Amino acid sequence: MQKTSDPVALAAIAKRMRRTAMEMITAAKSGHPGGSLSIAEIVVTMYFDVLRHDPANPKWKDRDRFILSKGHCCPILYAVMAECGYCPKESLNTLRKLGSIYQGHPDVRFIPALEASTGSLGLGLSLGLGMALSAKLDKSPARTYVVLGDGEIQEGQIWEAAMFGSFHKVDNVLAIVDSNKIQLDGFVKDILDLEPLGDKWRSFGWHVIDVDGHDIPALQAAFAEAAATKGKPTCILANTIKGKGVSFMENNPKFHGAAPSADEFQKAMQELA
Amino acid sequence: MAAKFELKPGAATREAFGKALMELGKKNPNVVALDADLSKSTMSAGFAKEFPDRFIECGIAEANMVAIGAGLASAGKIPFAASFSAFLLNKGFEQLRVTAAFPNVNLKVVGTHSGISIGEDGPSQMSVEDLSLACSLPGFTVLCPADEVSMMRLMHAAAEHVGPVFIRAGRAKVPVIYGSDQEFTIGKAVTLMNGADVTLIATGLLVAEAIRAAETLAAEGISARVLDFHTIKPLDRDAIAKAARETGAIVVAEEHLVDGGLGVRVAQVVAETSPVPMEFVGVQNTYAESATPEQLIDKYGLLARDVAAAARRVLKRKR
Repeated sequence: MQKTSDPVALAAIAKRMRRTAMEMITAAKSGHPGGSLSIAEIVVTMYFDVLRHDPANPKWKDRDRFILSKGHCCPILYAVMAECGYCPKESLNTLRKLGSIYQGHPDVRFIPALEASTGSLGLGLSLGLGMALSAKLDKSPARTYVVLGDGEIQEGQIWEAAMFGSFHKVDNVLAIVDSNKIQLDGFVKDILDLEPLGDKWRSFGWHVIDVDGHDIPALQAAFAEAAATKGKPTCILANTIKGKGVSFMENNPKFHGAAPSADEFQKAMQELA
Repeated sequence: MAAKFELKPGAATREAFGKALMELGKKNPNVVALDADLSKSTMSAGFAKEFPDRFIECGIAEANMVAIGAGLASAGKIPFAASFSAFLLNKGFEQLRVTAAFPNVNLKVVGTHSGISIGEDGPSQMSVEDLSLACSLPGFTVLCPADEVSMMRLMHAAAEHVGPVFIRAGRAKVPVIYGSDQEFTIGKAVTLMNGADVTLIATGLLVAEAIRAAETLAAEGISARVLDFHTIKPLDRDAIAKAARETGAIVVAEEHLVDGGLGVRVAQVVAETSPVPMEFVGVQNTYAESATPEQLIDKYGLLARDVAAAARRVLKRKR
């Protein structure tokens, strides 16, 4: 794989990954397009710019670790990991089918290069803290990145982990909240409102950075600021658009967990051309 | 013929856990310990004092503790996460399932204050479902040592075993059953007494009671085999099949609900190998109450007397 810090190049990869994710979900006839599209820039900027990792040596001890705690959005992660060379591109469209390594939610038994099996919401930040503590014990420079859904942080364990992370000064962990404002049953503000979200994280002792989650230079700056922040963990509140890049999926709760029809797929691919 | 056992007073298995954890900490720098504000009770406090950098206090948040432990294990540590069984298994179950069992990580969880013998604190603190819950997790190894010697040895075995392990410990002091040279292998029951008429299969607190029951039965001319099932999962199928074949009647005794514990697991193997009459000694379909440990194990039927009575019952049904 070729790493790059060029926002234009990263944006082009993100667009390609969106297309791949749409193909996968359409082939599977089920899955979660909205939340996959909302994190495209985040996952691409991670794997192609920020993460210290080596696809040729996936178990490198000092690697940075990436956990997709909102595991249902794995199509975009699989697309990016395949692009990096962690897993085969040619079988991506076997997503969710019998015998496929591309399980409906991330499963380390099938893809050992994944850092965690996720899917039940609320677990990833605690896992990330454990990995970050291990790095501290080993005096390793490894950092751990955890992508959380905004709906996901309604889970109580997230706040147990948030309390723990700041108290124990786990500054080598970074939480990224994909704040796309929509969950399965509707808009987050109507289901169980999280606002004031930044104040919540700040009151739990985290350094909070608000950012447009589709603005690659802004994301790069936020990741750099997080890495330079010592003595407390950082939470990036990434303001995103659910379904970003496909007009009829944008801000549409219907596409939280429904695959596009054949017609919708054609339209989506035209928009993502 | 059955050897005469001398059951000397001993430490609680939680105390042996604390000692073994210290030994493991000295032996292996990758061993870390986690607790959820109960280290003075679980006995992980000694490790915390000796190795403060490798002790992680999680506060009263068991679910978070289990998943942090799984994260540490994924990154190459050998974490031992301790709390009362009631909290660890019930509040941490989803985390044990998704972050430990499912990816098969090398996490060790130690549940102390198991069973009803914790006494006065009452049923919210008592764990009578933990073996059932732990055994339901694919890939988990489930250990329930009966005394301080077996706890020490099995802690070392658990640390060497690669994969998730649940270790059950108790609060009450229990008799010493084993000499210090006894060997233990995960998944292999220990034959404590040989016998031909009936087999008493016991685990944890009930092992000493089963020995006492066998001595009572011997005085009545009944020859009872006593097996210590310190490993609940994987089960020693050979020892069970052999006991069924050779003695033709089995009693299983445990400080756990009779639903879902060792008894039903043994019964499954008996049904699959050599069906014979069985009886079950354990906590019935109820929660216990506050009282002294002695009063509780008496009232809820977990004494040698109850094991012996079950043996007499099962012998009447034997063909």
